[in-house]
Amino acid sequence: METKNNPEEKPLGNKKKLSRREVIRGLATVPVLGAFLYGWYRKQKFDKILKGEIRHELNLGTDIPVLNRSVPMDKKIRLGIIGTGGRGRSLLKALGFLRPELIDDWTEGNKKDKTDTRLAEFMEQPDLNVIVNGLCDIYDLNADKGLRASANNNRNGSEGTMGQKPKRYRTYKELLASDDIDAVIIATPDHWHGTITIEAARAGKHVYCEKPMTWTVAETYEVVKEVKENNIVFQLGHQNRQTESYIKAKEVFEKGLLGAVNLVEVTTNRNDPEGAWVYKIDEEAGKYNIDWDQFIGPAPYHEFSLERFFRWRCWWDYSTGLSGDLFTHEYDAMNQILGLGIPHSAVSSGGIYFYKDGRTVPDVLQQVFEYPDRNLTLIYSASLASNKMRGKVIMGHDAYLEVDNDLKLFADQGSTKYREKIEKGIIDPSMPIYSFTPGAKHVDAITSPTEQYFAGRGLLYTYRGGKRIDTSHLHIKDWLDCIRAGGIPMCNIDVGFEEAMTSHMGTIAYLENRKVYWDQEKKEIV
Amino acid sequence: MNKGTSYTASQVFWLTFLRVIIGWHFLYEGLVKAVNPNWSSVGYLLDSAGFMKGFFYRLAANPDTLSVVDFMNIWGLITIGLGLILGAFNRITLPAGIVMLAFYYLSHPPFVGLKYELPMEGSYLFINKNFIEIVAMMVLFIFPAHRKIGIDRLIFSNRKFNTENGNQK
Repeated sequence: METKNNPEEKPLGNKKKLSRREVIRGLATVPVLGAFLYGWYRKQKFDKILKGEIRHELNLGTDIPVLNRSVPMDKKIRLGIIGTGGRGRSLLKALGFLRPELIDDWTEGNKKDKTDTRLAEFMEQPDLNVIVNGLCDIYDLNADKGLRASANNNRNGSEGTMGQKPKRYRTYKELLASDDIDAVIIATPDHWHGTITIEAARAGKHVYCEKPMTWTVAETYEVVKEVKENNIVFQLGHQNRQTESYIKAKEVFEKGLLGAVNLVEVTTNRNDPEGAWVYKIDEEAGKYNIDWDQFIGPAPYHEFSLERFFRWRCWWDYSTGLSGDLFTHEYDAMNQILGLGIPHSAVSSGGIYFYKDGRTVPDVLQQVFEYPDRNLTLIYSASLASNKMRGKVIMGHDAYLEVDNDLKLFADQGSTKYREKIEKGIIDPSMPIYSFTPGAKHVDAITSPTEQYFAGRGLLYTYRGGKRIDTSHLHIKDWLDCIRAGGIPMCNIDVGFEEAMTSHMGTIAYLENRKVYWDQEKKEIV
Repeated sequence: MNKGTSYTASQVFWLTFLRVIIGWHFLYEGLVKAVNPNWSSVGYLLDSAGFMKGFFYRLAANPDTLSVVDFMNIWGLITIGLGLILGAFNRITLPAGIVMLAFYYLSHPPFVGLKYELPMEGSYLFINKNFIEIVAMMVLFIFPAHRKIGIDRLIFSNRKFNTENGNQK
């Protein structure tokens, strides 16, 4: 085959010349690449048409909503913390204050296991320019933990230097009377929320109060009155308001992608003693380091009980039960997304079916709220003794939306809006037509099954870049921004009123075993 | 392992066919990841089980190593895929592909008692498709048909010439 006159021959290497046959054998599989590229082009085109059709139908932006306003942080805000138990200390962490021994533990944890990124996440949390000038807890050990956290203004381990410890007040009244405190965070048991908020407002302190807003119906009106009259910035502690997926869910709903929404289902699914409020009782705790009388406060008197002190959520005397403690989270999320307001009526049933430990609040509860003006029902179903995950679902005639940290929108097989596309095979009702995963770089109409799978478990964004921000941090920042620059916090007093009344309606319906109504004219539960 | 090795025409055909389809698989897996801006190996790594679990978790936990793993996955798959289809540099691309597959296998070994979140489309015990692809690539390495059909034929003949002239090995 070697012919010198063949123009196909090419010199390769130094002097060696290859025959045409050599070249053909060498390049024989190149056409496979052509076939591959053709196949690739066809596949990409098909996917693009599919996505394009769905995108066009949904008309949903790929932007991730911007949550927090940009406010100059130069003014240092002086805080008082009322209640430095578990939740109070979580809020201190969200403010940037952590006990040095925890920093030590987390440093060690990261050395042993690189996936333990708690410390790095905490260190990356932006500074809020606040100082804790005072705190109050009626249990010495909690107060001491709070003091040590608050003094650690440089986020150091126990080897590092600490700032000055804030003043510990014996009563919240003394703390509120102090003039070196601008704003207070209330993280007490439920039966104190309303009373302390009212007094704080009267003292002119801005208030961040944990949920639920109130323990009784009567004090709810007074909280609203005092907050408004004293013109303080009030934020209720539903940090879900900061969750990106809920803000996106609101957009999905408002764009009408669900069709007429007729049923909303929210749930609590817990199955462990901690989740059922059977918390550990400190061995060191006793009458000598707990101010029992102050614990009782507005509650009916009961003799000293460590069980009642540590597990207060189990008794109506101090708690608001499932409706106030856990339903309020679910309700506020739906109120945020759907703008529900206070329902027309509520019925409720349930019982103490599993935790027969002397508690008075139910551990299984069903609540049904009617919104005839909106043509929809809100159902809450809770068990503290089954983990079966039932999630939150907003059901419409055209589609249903599964709401969690991520969102999944599914077209309904019987939909009118999507019928044509379902028939043409463009929309598959068994696959989400839209999904939203916070932390992902982009939002896409259809992603791969694997991505969908992990998105549902929150795995995609938890470790990506290690930049997951505590929602409580954002929620406190929203409150501080409004204190600094004016504006209305995301979970303000008006939505707080709706949260409190809805939750109380559920509780009254359960306790009095009757259907209760909301009188829109008189603003009363009847 | 040179041109002198005698294969029948059908042996060359089937060995080449096997090489090209494995290359196709690698190339498509690589390109799909390259064009998806959201793709990351983090989910797969965090789903790891078995005795090497800790290693894969560590890769996922550190954003720097994760971005290296992502980059290597995408461009490794594409390069190896192209190399196999074209029969180019297969003395390197085959072992490289085997190493990559070995990592996939070790992160999700189908051993007794291990469970994965990631759905699998078949049933496996010890042997899965990654393992079979590894063995297939071993076969291609031992029977280098790329020296018969593929760019390596051209490179190899060049090298042989150079070696004969004492320029390089």
